[in-house]
Amino acid sequence: MRKNGLVALSFHTLVILFVLAPLVIIVLVAFTPDQTLTLPTHGFSLRWFRAILDYPDFISAFFNSIKLAFASATLSLALALPAALAIGRERFPGREFLNGLFLSPLVIPSLVLGIAFLRFFAMIGATGSFTWLVAAHMIIITPFVMRLVLASVSGMDRSIEHAAQSLGADRWTAFRRITLPMILPGITGGWLLAFINSFDELTMSIFVTSPQTITLPVRMYMYATESIDPMMASVSALVIFVTAGAMIVLDRVYGLNRILIGSH
Amino acid sequence: MASTIDSTGSDNSRALKNDRAPWHAFVPPWLMSLPAFILFAVLVLTPLAMTVVLTFYRFDPASGPIAAFQFGNYIEVLTDSYYQTIFARTFGIAILTTLLCVAIGAPEAYVLYRMRDPWRSMFLLVILAPLLVSVVVRAFGWSMLLNTGGIVNQFFGLFGLGPYKLEYTTFAIVIALVHVMLPFMVIPVWTSLQKLDPQVENAALSLMASPATTLRRIVLPQIAPGILSGSLMVFGLSASAFAIPGLLGGRRLKVAATAVYDEFLGSLNWPLGATIAILLLIANLVIMITYYRVLERRYSRSLG
Repeated sequence: MRKNGLVALSFHTLVILFVLAPLVIIVLVAFTPDQTLTLPTHGFSLRWFRAILDYPDFISAFFNSIKLAFASATLSLALALPAALAIGRERFPGREFLNGLFLSPLVIPSLVLGIAFLRFFAMIGATGSFTWLVAAHMIIITPFVMRLVLASVSGMDRSIEHAAQSLGADRWTAFRRITLPMILPGITGGWLLAFINSFDELTMSIFVTSPQTITLPVRMYMYATESIDPMMASVSALVIFVTAGAMIVLDRVYGLNRILIGSH
Repeated sequence: MASTIDSTGSDNSRALKNDRAPWHAFVPPWLMSLPAFILFAVLVLTPLAMTVVLTFYRFDPASGPIAAFQFGNYIEVLTDSYYQTIFARTFGIAILTTLLCVAIGAPEAYVLYRMRDPWRSMFLLVILAPLLVSVVVRAFGWSMLLNTGGIVNQFFGLFGLGPYKLEYTTFAIVIALVHVMLPFMVIPVWTSLQKLDPQVENAALSLMASPATTLRRIVLPQIAPGILSGSLMVFGLSASAFAIPGLLGGRRLKVAATAVYDEFLGSLNWPLGATIAILLLIANLVIMITYYRVLERRYSRSLG
């Protein structure tokens, strides 16, 4: 294979700059000591991070998002794991339909899901309910859990499980001691990816959150449309740090390239 | 579920000899899928059906939506030049974003493919990782880069140009959308490059094909399916994008998604908002299926 030429490498440098520019600028501006969003910044200060603490709207939205992401990722895994085991390892009528149904939120725009949920929640009187918001998020993130668990289930060798059963292990023991450890990276990876996606979700949530259940992305969107000051940058920088932290864990557990590309 | 069990009931399966398992063998996988199926039946199938029904409702500014079956909302959206402009802008932005993603994403995936490993994994991560950072954050980053006193205008200022009005323009929406969508182009092209045998490329070169010819005749046909699936993904997501046009387009430059938002949460005309959303969904599906069919036919013909 030949090396990249000068033109290719210059192009590559520009693309990398393009990709990183908006994130780098946020982190730089977040540490400004100034009153306004001006660049270049003069000096270094944490005042806009401290300002977040005096703005309870962001704090409560942050904890709402964490609670929501934790609950929806965990429940989504609880439903998707048995379904993925069935779809990945058995052949049964309706299998294709179920697989398509569980992955369908990937092709339905979040916007359409958002108004559909809004309409549905208004009809059943669930507007502003946290429980139903969790259920709505589960729909959006289940495809991610399904995909990762399915990938690890369909790649595994079932003869080991059969061997355990022929050696006297009952089905539950065989599952717990053999199958579960083998698909564990897919499970934790799926959970983390679901968590991140729920934590970041805006377009659907903006239709179905109430002032009590408002999530961080929705709060940030509202804030950014009303006023622009460096606090938006410091909150954004915190989101970048949290996401980067989750990504490092995800990379250790499952391999980030494997999640994002689907293979090595 | 019950009807599925009945339709493949014991009589039928016994008639199908031994190559078909008896119906009770299917009960465990059905039971395992049942909880997730219930969730999706309640929260995907039902709300979507209700939204379609809503598009036929009449809207009364005083009392809200009134149950009806009429096509007034569809006629209004399809004939009013206000909504035609919004749809034209939406699809124009989606097409432009898709073209730019092809122009940037495909070559970049190829450059990455030809790199050696510590660099290759690192840069791949740099390009793909922003996928996981909230889109609100990235939109905000672009609004800081593009505003009148922003870095981009300061850069132009060095050459005595500008300042230009970049924020709240179609240009700003497209640039930020390309930034958000780029990974969706790089991933499928990268995946199809993985199947490319470097020896074929070397063979073409050793047979005196110029690098440009090799790229055009050997590499490009191999990554065409990747570019195709990437384009479909980018187009679909751009046409229904909400946060980027909402934050970088301002109130004046409406696209379909922000128009739906305004109808639902601003003027509270839910039937009309639902109609725009369903039309967006249909238009999206039609364009994607047509595009896919055309390219698939051409592709299968070229392969013989």
